[in-house]
Amino acid sequence: MTTLLIGIFLLSLLVITAVAIVRSEDLFSAVMLSGIFSLLMALNFFLLDAADVALTEAAVGAGVATVLLLAGLRLTPPREAPGRSLRALSVAVIGATALLMIYASFGQPTLGDPTAPTQQHVAPWYIEKTPELIAIPNIVTAVLSSFRGYDTLGEVFVVLTAGIGVMFLLGGGRGKPFSRLDSQAEVGLSGHLIPKVMARLLIPFILLFALFIQFHGEYSPGGGFQAGAIFVAGIILYSLVRGEGLALSVIPPRVLLLMSAGGALLFGSVGVAGMLMGGNFLEYSVLTTDPIIGQHLGIIVIELGVGLTVTGVLLSIFHAFAARD
Amino acid sequence: MKLLGLFNYWVFAVLLMIGLYALISKQNLVKKIMALAIFQSAVFLFFITMSRVDGGTAPIVQAGVANQIFSNPLPQVLILTAIVVGISTTALGLAIVVRLHEEYGTVEDDEILAMDRDS
Repeated sequence: MTTLLIGIFLLSLLVITAVAIVRSEDLFSAVMLSGIFSLLMALNFFLLDAADVALTEAAVGAGVATVLLLAGLRLTPPREAPGRSLRALSVAVIGATALLMIYASFGQPTLGDPTAPTQQHVAPWYIEKTPELIAIPNIVTAVLSSFRGYDTLGEVFVVLTAGIGVMFLLGGGRGKPFSRLDSQAEVGLSGHLIPKVMARLLIPFILLFALFIQFHGEYSPGGGFQAGAIFVAGIILYSLVRGEGLALSVIPPRVLLLMSAGGALLFGSVGVAGMLMGGNFLEYSVLTTDPIIGQHLGIIVIELGVGLTVTGVLLSIFHAFAARD
Repeated sequence: MKLLGLFNYWVFAVLLMIGLYALISKQNLVKKIMALAIFQSAVFLFFITMSRVDGGTAPIVQAGVANQIFSNPLPQVLILTAIVVGISTTALGLAIVVRLHEEYGTVEDDEILAMDRDS
């Protein structure tokens, strides 16, 4: 009951934040509000027993997305042109649709109903078989990387493709991934004492936590996607405080591009390795003589691939935005 | 009590519609991208709402605890990857907006359309 009430409180805050994002004409405050929106969403996910998703939303939505939007905002006008929305018609359409959807919600099973159709079909099979077939505690990681490996491989390639698209649009051309690489003039927030000291204290722990999330993802909430996003958040904090030039000398552009492509390649080659060992594409059981060890090996390697690609792509995207004049 | 159990779906509907409203009525392209993000988050909320089971916990098997109830791991897997894909596509959209601003000098949809019509 308490959880339900806290959930209702957080969801109401979520709606208020969303309205404020839409109404605010100052895009800077809209971006800040969208960070709050993501954090509230992460709290809701946590209340709904989705620890992995909450971790991802907090790292990606509240961390990386806010910085990317700010980096984009630096290159575009900070204010929305006033009074141009097409109000009457859209309010009518939206209102009618919202009412229809709320009407339809009365046919939905209530929150947490164990007899809901969603809980009846394949989910019990995964919960029952994961300890037996994969033998890792985190069922979400097991489904993500082994049972639904094809899907995850596809997602990794979508992330890679989006990264390539951003580099095409904002990159500096052949041999020069970021348009303003040589400029050392930007020193970020280094003139400000408090962010500098805080960042210096926080960055090692953020990076260490990212590695923990990466390699402990089979036993606790975590995995490549979350670890990549947290690692990127740490490096972005470093570039904000010490300037992008230094951040790019820590992880050079070449390495970033290699990580992006190499991670996806690593994932794909684990799949092919399964085929060469006589199994199906992305079947890890055949990788070693013991199927369980094979599963563990496959999962660790593909999570590493996911982490590399996510880190490489998100950091490349950040640098591509930050380097644009 | 039954009504309170539907609150998540109402918030889903309202958030989805707030996102859609901003998407069709706002002219600023950066705002449109944020609207898409709200729309997307609403769908995430819908999926995760469906994954919850009363008395359940996050789907991580604890050693030595028998007959645990878990929330449904499948929607969680879908949304976990969707969040990361979502930020990548948001970044791509934002990159297109930045390029549009470089070419047209504005990020207002109607002004860009007017310029296209004039040329």
